[in-house]
Amino acid sequence: MWFWVIAASVACLAQKLLGYLVPSKALENPRVAYAAGGVTVGLLAALSVTQTFADGSTLVLDARLAAVAVAAVALWLRAPFIVVVVLGALTAALLRLAGWG
Amino acid sequence: MSDTTTRHPTRAAVRQGIWVGLATGAYGISFGALSVAAGLSVWQTCALSLLMFTGGSQFAFIGVIGAGGGGLAAAATAFLLGVRNSLYSLQMSPMLRLRGWRRLAGAQVTIDESIAVSMAQHEPTARRAGFWAAGIGVYVFWNLATLGGALLGNVLGDPKQWGLDGAAAAAFIALLWPRLRERQAQVIGVAAAVVAAVAVPLAPAGIPILAAGAAAAAVAWWGYRPASADATAKGMV
Repeated sequence: MWFWVIAASVACLAQKLLGYLVPSKALENPRVAYAAGGVTVGLLAALSVTQTFADGSTLVLDARLAAVAVAAVALWLRAPFIVVVVLGALTAALLRLAGWG
Repeated sequence: MSDTTTRHPTRAAVRQGIWVGLATGAYGISFGALSVAAGLSVWQTCALSLLMFTGGSQFAFIGVIGAGGGGLAAAATAFLLGVRNSLYSLQMSPMLRLRGWRRLAGAQVTIDESIAVSMAQHEPTARRAGFWAAGIGVYVFWNLATLGGALLGNVLGDPKQWGLDGAAAAAFIALLWPRLRERQAQVIGVAAAVVAAVAVPLAPAGIPILAAGAAAAAVAWWGYRPASADATAKGMV
């Protein structure tokens, strides 16, 4: 695991360095910028789905779904990130304490 | 506030940066706790915050590992989520005009928050000050909070009992939420979510994420309309 931790970290740092090393106009194609933004949205959506429904290689409905529902309501009410995360944990923990999921 | 902003734009930018650093850095607690819950050691967790230092990529890395995915899939997902940082640095480069070791330092603190604080200022000096204050502020507090969260997470025991898996799911929704304002972004998000859900039973952990990322790239690439891109890119990148 250490190898991948270091490799991924170095790769992410190289990404940041890239823009400071190449001449400014090189990557300014707006379509590339748009697609890069799309990838960010797509990956976060996919991660949201797997973190909520995946259990190994099966899809399940458990306390995490309720946690996400509560998180979504909190986000809709403009709660800050840390509050959303804590509410998610509380929801899942309380439901498990009650014997569900 | 508006009074101080007009009289001392640079000082106001620095103050803003430090507050953003404190507020954002605190999220490091959840990252640290979730990372050890995903099976990484305290030192590996700290290495991610010290070296990778880009929140979305770090959460993605431990998300894939925690779901049973391999190191390669975790690294690839983290890398793809970091693509926007290249666009940020490209944007900041002419303004910061960095040389030597400062270039490496500037690159490392090129993240969502430092760019946001910088862009919120009106004068070039204040923009540079805001970038460094927010970048260094987040770096310091994020790493301290990561260590705290990792140590705390280690003594908690079973992460599920404390709802940490619910916290992880909530964290990703919170990262996604502000990027869904535009119609096109919503379409891309739904497409990626469907691909991921369909792929979970079919492919080993980690692969569904990458497949969804590829689908999102395709939808964005072919759905690109120059007129709509300006508004959308601001929300999505």
